[in-house]
Amino acid sequence: MKIVTGNDLKTGAVTWWDGAAWSLHVNDAMDVGDHSADIIAREEAARRVVSAYVIDASSDVDGIRPAHIKDRIRALGPTVRLDLSLKPADPAAGTWVI
Amino acid sequence: MYVYDQYDQAMVDARVAEFRDQTRRRIEGTLSEDKFRPLRLQNGLYLQLHAYMLRVAVPYGTLSSAQMRVLGDIADKYDRGYGHFTTRQNIQYNWIKLEDAPDILADLAKVEMHAIQTSGNCIRNISSDHYAGATPDEIIDPRPYAELLRQWSSFHPEFLALPRKFKIAVIASETDRAAMRLHDIGIRMVHNDAGEIGCAFYVGGGMGRTPMIAPLLNGFVPLDHLITYAEAALRVYNRYGRRDNKYKARIKILVHELGIDEYRAQVEAEFAHLQTQGIEPPIAELERIKAYFVDPTFETGLSDAIDLSNADFARWVRANTAPHKAPGYAIATISLKPLGKAGIPGDATADQIRTMADLAKAYSFDELRVTHAQNIVLPHVKKADLFALWQGLVAADLATANLDAITDIIACPGLDYCSLANARSIPVAQKISERFAASAKQDAIGELKLKISGCINACGHHHAGHIGILGVDRKGTENYQLLLGGSEGADTSLATIVGPGFSEDGIVDAIEKATNLYLAKREDGERFLDTYRRIGMAPFKETIYG
Repeated sequence: MKIVTGNDLKTGAVTWWDGAAWSLHVNDAMDVGDHSADIIAREEAARRVVSAYVIDASSDVDGIRPAHIKDRIRALGPTVRLDLSLKPADPAAGTWVI
Repeated sequence: MYVYDQYDQAMVDARVAEFRDQTRRRIEGTLSEDKFRPLRLQNGLYLQLHAYMLRVAVPYGTLSSAQMRVLGDIADKYDRGYGHFTTRQNIQYNWIKLEDAPDILADLAKVEMHAIQTSGNCIRNISSDHYAGATPDEIIDPRPYAELLRQWSSFHPEFLALPRKFKIAVIASETDRAAMRLHDIGIRMVHNDAGEIGCAFYVGGGMGRTPMIAPLLNGFVPLDHLITYAEAALRVYNRYGRRDNKYKARIKILVHELGIDEYRAQVEAEFAHLQTQGIEPPIAELERIKAYFVDPTFETGLSDAIDLSNADFARWVRANTAPHKAPGYAIATISLKPLGKAGIPGDATADQIRTMADLAKAYSFDELRVTHAQNIVLPHVKKADLFALWQGLVAADLATANLDAITDIIACPGLDYCSLANARSIPVAQKISERFAASAKQDAIGELKLKISGCINACGHHHAGHIGILGVDRKGTENYQLLLGGSEGADTSLATIVGPGFSEDGIVDAIEKATNLYLAKREDGERFLDTYRRIGMAPFKETIYG
């Protein structure tokens, strides 16, 4: 699947396109097929996101998993500061990245 | 320390107001990202993996207690309670909101700080010896010259759009603690045969994807020609440095392709021309700056004796203090490399940053230094105060006794934070630290400078590590190359790749094999680097891959 990610213009937070808006959670991401360029152009013009780009990802019962480690770290947060990640209560969260 | 005059303060305040307006226009939509991006970068604001990152300049690594305290307050007020001290003697914050950035710059301006010269193709923040003004082995305090260069280079209209970024270091000791010859220009203050002080210019060094050691350009430039000569060196680079290829745009490539003799000839011609233009600031300006760097009033008649009856304190004194030029004083280094898996090289919490500010005020004439090895120095501590200082550090979890040991690891933020990185650096540093945390093992190994970069840009200085590690991306998987034999000191050398890369756990095992071989082969007094240089790569390669 293809999903779109970027950063919130004002806060810089990592966000994922869920089909209608931007979510902080990668599991909300929607398969955009071949529409990523239109979404990115429209959303950047509206200043809802900055530095947006499309990536490959897979989806299974555990949720959506970006194909590249860099985007998995973006989805989770720094693996060395899980207390600051989106899963601060999950000590095994870092292994999802690898 | 240097204190802003009305012009310095007006420049910084104007810059804050300008960036506040630029940020407002970006958020309101009248400034596109394409136009805004170079403007925010010129104010130290990057967009990294998780958020905006603000890099704050610490000129030649020198801070007052008041400045350090504000750095801690910013970590609390605008970030997530911590900051990261960098290999350029700066500090950066990882979780900044764009809408807060102008307010942070305003807070910094109140204590004579800013984020200028921390990004872009300009002359970057000038770095220097973190022991400057305190060490007995320097011929003069290099910081007034670094400050003069800072004032010359700040907003220099001719050098705001160089072919690439440009880094300058200034030192005044034979012992190089600033990796001087791995800079675009390295300046060492020297004596000539007549006993006069001047500057030896080295040019064209650097790390990154094409590491080079700077050759000597001029062995003695008189002090009253310092700025004119620097301007000539920059002008030749600005004129002929390659702008067609980002990867060949640094001055080291120009010097390498021209050859140092031809580059020197061109600099000398430009220098001769510039001498007719009268651009050198009057020597009185240098004297004005020097007045801010006079020694503090050291007490006299102090004893050099230190009560070392507390074993942990004695260990810290042996590892983390250095001789001072004044009798009865010491230079104390606060390690930001806690042992084991919990530590992140260079990170300090807001409370720790404020504690270091308080300790500097109490015990070090209000002054601190950031080191390129991502530690903090208190430059002027009475030996009689060392125990009280150490107790304060223990209470703040800042008393790790490992300066220049294998666990005193330089590591860039790597793929945990940096959008340029290919692999994570910090988890590797933590695993190495955990493996070698036992004090007996560290002590047996002695001085070993280990440096980790998460990509070829080499922010973690892996080329200059006795042991260097370079993280690479191998088909989407992190892989780590091992290098041996680098040094940033007076005996500057570039490390060599040993062989095929390793996994995250494999690289830790490989380092243990290398250190075990060193312990087996070393001769009296040899550091790891000395043994490597004596026996060469082959035995290490055989041990590691055999």
